[in-house]
Amino acid sequence: MKDLIKKLVDATGPSGYEQNVRALVRGEIEAYADEIHVDALGNLIARKGSATTQSASRGKKIMISAHMDEIGIIATHVDKNGFVRFTGIGGVYPRNCVGGRVRFLNGAGGVIGQEKAGPGETHPLEKMYIDMGATSPRDCPVKVGDVAAFERPFHDMGNRLVSKAMDDRIGVAVGIETLRQIKKTPHELYFVFSTQEEVGLRGATTSAYGVDPDIGIAIDVTASGDTPNGLRMEVGLGKGPAIKVRDGGMLSDPRVVAWMVAAAKKARLPHQLEILEGGTTDARAIQLTRAGVPVGCLSIPCRYVHSPSEMVDYNDVTNGVALLVQMFSNPVELG
Amino acid sequence: MTDIPAFLKKLISTSGLSGYETPIRETISETWRGLSDELSASQLGSLHALKRGAGPAPRPSILIATHMDAIGLMVTRIVDGFLHVTEIGGIDARVLPGQPVIVHGREDIPGMVVQPPSWLLPPDNDSGPVELGNLLVDTGLPGGRVSQLIRLGDLVSFGTQPVELGKNFISGHSLDNRASVAALTRCLDDLQTRHHKWDVWAVATSQEEETLGGAATSAFQLAPQLAVAVDVTFGKGPGSPAEKTFEMGGGPVLGWGANVHPGVHKAFKEAAERLEMTTQLEAMPRHSGTDAYSMQVAAAGIPTMVLSIPLRYMHTPVEVVHLKDIHRVGRLLAEFITGLADDFMEKLSWDGEESKE
Amino acid sequence: MPNPSSIKIGAAQIKLLESLCAASAISGQEGEVRKLVMDALKGHADEISVDALGNVLAVKKAAARNRPRVMLAAHMDEVGFLIAGDDKDGIFRFDPVGGLDARQLVGKSVIVGKDHVAGVIGFKPIHLTTASERTTAATIDGLRIDTGNGANGKVKVGDRAAFAPNFIQLGSGRTRTIRSKALDDRIGVATLIELVKNAPPNIELLAAFTTQEEISVRGASVAAHAFNPDLAIILDCTPAYDLPHWDGAENERYNTRLGFGPAIYTADKGTLSDPRLIRFLTETAEAQGIAFQLRQPGGGGTDAEGVHKARAGIPSVSVSVPGRYLHTAASLVRVSDWQDTLRLVHAALAAVKPSLLKADRA
Repeated sequence: MKDLIKKLVDATGPSGYEQNVRALVRGEIEAYADEIHVDALGNLIARKGSATTQSASRGKKIMISAHMDEIGIIATHVDKNGFVRFTGIGGVYPRNCVGGRVRFLNGAGGVIGQEKAGPGETHPLEKMYIDMGATSPRDCPVKVGDVAAFERPFHDMGNRLVSKAMDDRIGVAVGIETLRQIKKTPHELYFVFSTQEEVGLRGATTSAYGVDPDIGIAIDVTASGDTPNGLRMEVGLGKGPAIKVRDGGMLSDPRVVAWMVAAAKKARLPHQLEILEGGTTDARAIQLTRAGVPVGCLSIPCRYVHSPSEMVDYNDVTNGVALLVQMFSNPVELG
Repeated sequence: MTDIPAFLKKLISTSGLSGYETPIRETISETWRGLSDELSASQLGSLHALKRGAGPAPRPSILIATHMDAIGLMVTRIVDGFLHVTEIGGIDARVLPGQPVIVHGREDIPGMVVQPPSWLLPPDNDSGPVELGNLLVDTGLPGGRVSQLIRLGDLVSFGTQPVELGKNFISGHSLDNRASVAALTRCLDDLQTRHHKWDVWAVATSQEEETLGGAATSAFQLAPQLAVAVDVTFGKGPGSPAEKTFEMGGGPVLGWGANVHPGVHKAFKEAAERLEMTTQLEAMPRHSGTDAYSMQVAAAGIPTMVLSIPLRYMHTPVEVVHLKDIHRVGRLLAEFITGLADDFMEKLSWDGEESKE
Repeated sequence: MPNPSSIKIGAAQIKLLESLCAASAISGQEGEVRKLVMDALKGHADEISVDALGNVLAVKKAAARNRPRVMLAAHMDEVGFLIAGDDKDGIFRFDPVGGLDARQLVGKSVIVGKDHVAGVIGFKPIHLTTASERTTAATIDGLRIDTGNGANGKVKVGDRAAFAPNFIQLGSGRTRTIRSKALDDRIGVATLIELVKNAPPNIELLAAFTTQEEISVRGASVAAHAFNPDLAIILDCTPAYDLPHWDGAENERYNTRLGFGPAIYTADKGTLSDPRLIRFLTETAEAQGIAFQLRQPGGGGTDAEGVHKARAGIPSVSVSVPGRYLHTAASLVRVSDWQDTLRLVHAALAAVKPSLLKADRA
């Protein structure tokens, strides 16, 4: 699975421009899905299984959402000396930018600089620029509106994996693996590789409307509380995939949480409960669709979220796959 | 006839935090069952009570939303038997120190929110208001027992008891928005013996304090012709600016502004006039901060109205309401509903409305 | 059917724009513009209705069945004020409706209520101020609308007030300019009226004159749900910050510039435009020889924010006429930019084919 993860995190796909990631995902799942289509916002929707009324326990229509987009930047101006001004796509922290590198969709790479600053000072994005090695707009490979993702190489530490865009390519990887590993399911599963999550859950909003599921499960990263003087949060790397109880935008349906915990216990998988005080996921968008959907979220604990060096625990990832396979291979009554 | 004060006290003694409304939904169901034709629940746990109208099918319907969820806290960590908490809904942490609470663990456990002394607080918060993240809940139990009974994700509700303040005032937590549930119940009472053509959906919505999600999804599902949110608004009292607050006992507050259809507002005003009931006007420039905000844009849009009960000290454990306002809102709703003619929607228009007071 | 590039802005169009700008239509109370729109569309639309949010929804059918269904939106509301309190003696407290900078309100004229009662927003005489007061910005709480003794029972809490009408034309020829309040988005409304009147036969045109855009895009969302189109083009008015930098440096944050044509959006705060539609508009402009500019990505938003997320998603793009000093008592637009916007969108509509959205979004 590490090769799959590396391929996914290396792809350039900021919000609104996920085509490279979508092509990769499609290639990975084509042989395993019953039906695939792409909707108006570029969401890749793969159906596996078909709920029948004849089965002993009536199958559910379950939407599983992992977002393909990553945070990035978009060019706003190329100045007369060829420096590129930009703004962020999604939650971009200035402190993670200076000295970093970006890769535009057209393949061109650049370095982020900032206007004169004191030794400890970081400017807001308006006072930064990207140096493409150009000298004027004419020899600059970038124009207004071009988008780029942050660039940092994938690093396999053994148990820990580090890369940019673990948020949420790790979720995409989990989704792909789960889809591949499920042999039989009583349910109609819709794996939605969604778009534009980082700018407001937009892909999940429209795909959930289209899919109209009975239950929704998002797969995304969550923060962790296990770094020096870090967030005060129970979640830690290596303690298992996290079952989300609440985050900044949504309260999981307690019955879905109970289902996930029961499945983890049945399959004897390490797991932990999660409360995240800031941030949210596609699950919120699914919950508020149409007449409402009971939702939960499988979270992969992640350090340094929205930096170019996001770190996850590989066992949390494989256990996450195992948990979802357990959940979706068996009937569910939410009660 | 429901004993409204007694019912209200029961409502504000029943737990039902946003996302976890099952206990309060059951309490309301017990009473609404006898006042409606059909009870059901939505995918997000809202309670739908249908009282059918007398008109010929297909009948238009009106949805009245009163959110049943309340604000509270949730356990995030346990350290040496002390609980760290986060909020559900919006809470000013300054009202918390010393407040009695109930921790809903494996059983209900009384506790108290406590403010650690300054030397046990981080240097950046060791004076002034202590942030929620630095407050603790103390159950008085030893750490081992706490670990058996309580875990991450358990809910914590306010533990203050209802108190009568003189003749007409009641104080307690969760009057936002159980007071409106009581008002809607009074309306359902009145409708038992009055004729109405339209179908009435009395909906106790979920998760208003977090996402307005119960109202959004119920409005989508039930697809009513009209939607009214009944909620609380700011009552005149110490500490609140006079120009943004309303008289306690001064009558129902009629909403006005972009989130309110002027034709529906006008019809409510006329209903109040028929009852010779004084009302107050709340002009809201953008959004109403109520379920009406999400209901107005459900599907292809729904004409909405906001009806409010003045309430002091909103989002504290000692909220105060005037009982007469609750009854008046209930009576006004019933009068409005019974006045709905078959051609109300045909005649309803954004334009040609006169002014408000 | 008029030749795509022959549709133009003439005296009649400017007159209509002037009457649209003179109307008072604050978010949530758009009735005056609604009436003007419905009068203008009489005889030109196959269906017209008003929905639960007050949107005017007009349909112009295609010449044949099963043609692409294209939604166009322009918002009828302007930013303004809600009368919040009566201080007696004709003086009223007010709340802002939509994004307003309090510093822009000082010393302006307004019209209040349906009778358009005249009022002014006054300010303390300089003689009575201290030096430190003069370095503190005005706040809405401290400002009042003064109607003299003209209110007379005609102004009540809950009424809306708008900047006073002040439409004039400046300059001539290529740089002819219109100065008025509410060009955001009466210019879009005027453009949309013209497009409905000249709708090409290859599409079903679904025109939404929307409400409450300025207070978080309310009308457009439900209009899009009702229409459920194949694609959408939103017509708005966007800031041009093309003024000189204080020390002569290059102005790198101009957003758009006057005189450079319609501004096509790639990304604003609410929407990442569908790349297929960005390409379609730029290619149409190049083919027709119409000047255009790309609006700088960044903040701001249009009705597209609500439209593109309706139902199962609607490919959308916004095109705006650049305007200086939006959300103040007087904005500026160039007639040439308006004309080029109208020509571009008209040509694009005439060129819409079912194959436009065949490829995946990006």
